[in-house]
Amino acid sequence: MRELKLMKGNEAIAEAAIRAGVDGYFGYPITPQSEVMETLMAEKPWETTGMVVLQAESEIASINMVYGGAGCGKRVMTSSSSPGVSLMQEGLTYLAGAELPCVVVNVVRGGPGLGTIQPAQSDYFQTVKGGGHGDYKLITLAPASVQEMADFVETAFDLAFKYRNPVMILSDGVIGQMMEKVELKEFKPRWTAEYIEQNHSWATTGKKKDRAKNIITSVQLEASVQEAFNHKLQNKYQQVEENEVLFEETMCDDAEYLVVAYGSSARICQKSVELAREKGIKVGMLRPITLYPFPTKQLQERAKQVKGILSVEMSAGQMVEDVKLAVECKVPVEHFGRFGGSVHSPGEVVEALEQKLIGG
Amino acid sequence: MSDINTIIKPENIIYKKTDVLSENELHYCPGCSHGTVHKLIAEVIEEMGIQDKTIGIAPVGCSVLAYNYLEIDWQEAAHGRAPALATAVKRLMPENYVFSYQGDGDLAAIGTAETIHACNRGENIVMVFINNGIYGMTGGQMAPTTLPGMPASTCPAGRDVSHDGAPIKISEILAQLPGTCYVTRQSVHTAANVRKTKKALKKAFENQAANKGTSLVEVVSTCSSGWKMTPTKANEWMEENMFPYYPLGDIKDE
Repeated sequence: MRELKLMKGNEAIAEAAIRAGVDGYFGYPITPQSEVMETLMAEKPWETTGMVVLQAESEIASINMVYGGAGCGKRVMTSSSSPGVSLMQEGLTYLAGAELPCVVVNVVRGGPGLGTIQPAQSDYFQTVKGGGHGDYKLITLAPASVQEMADFVETAFDLAFKYRNPVMILSDGVIGQMMEKVELKEFKPRWTAEYIEQNHSWATTGKKKDRAKNIITSVQLEASVQEAFNHKLQNKYQQVEENEVLFEETMCDDAEYLVVAYGSSARICQKSVELAREKGIKVGMLRPITLYPFPTKQLQERAKQVKGILSVEMSAGQMVEDVKLAVECKVPVEHFGRFGGSVHSPGEVVEALEQKLIGG
Repeated sequence: MSDINTIIKPENIIYKKTDVLSENELHYCPGCSHGTVHKLIAEVIEEMGIQDKTIGIAPVGCSVLAYNYLEIDWQEAAHGRAPALATAVKRLMPENYVFSYQGDGDLAAIGTAETIHACNRGENIVMVFINNGIYGMTGGQMAPTTLPGMPASTCPAGRDVSHDGAPIKISEILAQLPGTCYVTRQSVHTAANVRKTKKALKKAFENQAANKGTSLVEVVSTCSSGWKMTPTKANEWMEENMFPYYPLGDIKDE
């Protein structure tokens, strides 16, 4: 029997990072995610696994510390919340441009600006549509439980190193703050210097006599070289889109209407599906687990079956654009969601479904 | 006249380029100080036998391509962020030697926060700071270290202190921080000064070996292109104008 613990989502991220053998965490305090670094500082992993934990002077510094660590082939991460993640956008485009693997956790709060410390899902565009400059993508995982907060740390590192690309865990203030039972994984040792030398030959570990120097950079002054590099990135993203889509479906087999929701909104919509079915409305839910790559093909399949789709997100309507692109106007697609820190209730979702799609 | 091949024999060689310096032709302008400082760092790395352990962090600026010239592992940072990269590299691989190489815009304007906080934490790294008082790569704009009255493309009438503030003496500020163990200001415009700068760089790397904290080596430098002067004139101008404001010598040595 594995170890069971009652934890906050933010604490689960920290605990999972230590157990996954992460080498370094660099962060800056911001509500509602400060428990990540607080938990790490209280756990003192540098005394057990040797993990480095450092409070940086800003999110700009922490994401650049992540760049430095990632360049050495180390498994490094940071976490923040929306305004802090906005500051990290420069670092993220450099990480993507230098093809560096890392994990960034965004425990999203309401915006724009300083906004509110209450939960939101309004950083979807920033996360999956770029955020920083240039043509790049962040592989994005959206946990919907404290268990997934813990589990996705290792999943995210595996994807980051498989594709040499930053991975975002896009959470929100609900998942970060709520407490649930978590089944914790066994401790895994950190990678040895030898393992990194053998498996990540690109890493800056010090130039050995038997190899050329390693250079981590995102600058290609020649346009033709930059274009070729961009093609390489696009090929990589195509591989990601073909191989890494994750989603979960609930009661979709006989569904006449489909709710699409991720993260805490998906948790709320589980109840909405129950309530709707009690009223005799055949509703199913598709929960994207990866927001990039998006479950486009599965949505196209479900669009053949259902009469309408409701995208439910704690934003003014961001993911709904990807849902619309996926279904190509074959069925009506509507958006519903409270935002700016407010959270919709299961009943409000059913009402929206009835008003916007069923008509009555 | 003796044949050149009779002269080039191992027993006659009293100076040769270190192998840590690559064969690549430098892209720097004639008279630029970067090439000399690159060479000195390469020599120090060779003499200390730390080529396989040293990781350089290149900046944004004229030396953005510094990684083309030293045969060590490198990371190229976003503008001003080199000290943050260096922090993580050193903390995750404490047995390695880590140095950042930064210009005045990088270290003393856009990266001021990263610079001050890396020094304040006493990160066990070397920071090499090229101060030529101008933005070279982007075409001669005003730098945080541009002298009062000194013209630049964004202050063509000369730096107006009442409008732009006075040039920042960042090394003096950094010397105030308990985390720095060694802060020195040097130049490479004469053979004697080149020797002094090399000594300073060596001391900085030795401080890192001894876990003493942050060492900063500022090199007051010329930018003939940005200053629109011949290399010789630039050296004279530097002596007459830069040195009075940025006096050479150790600012802190603990």
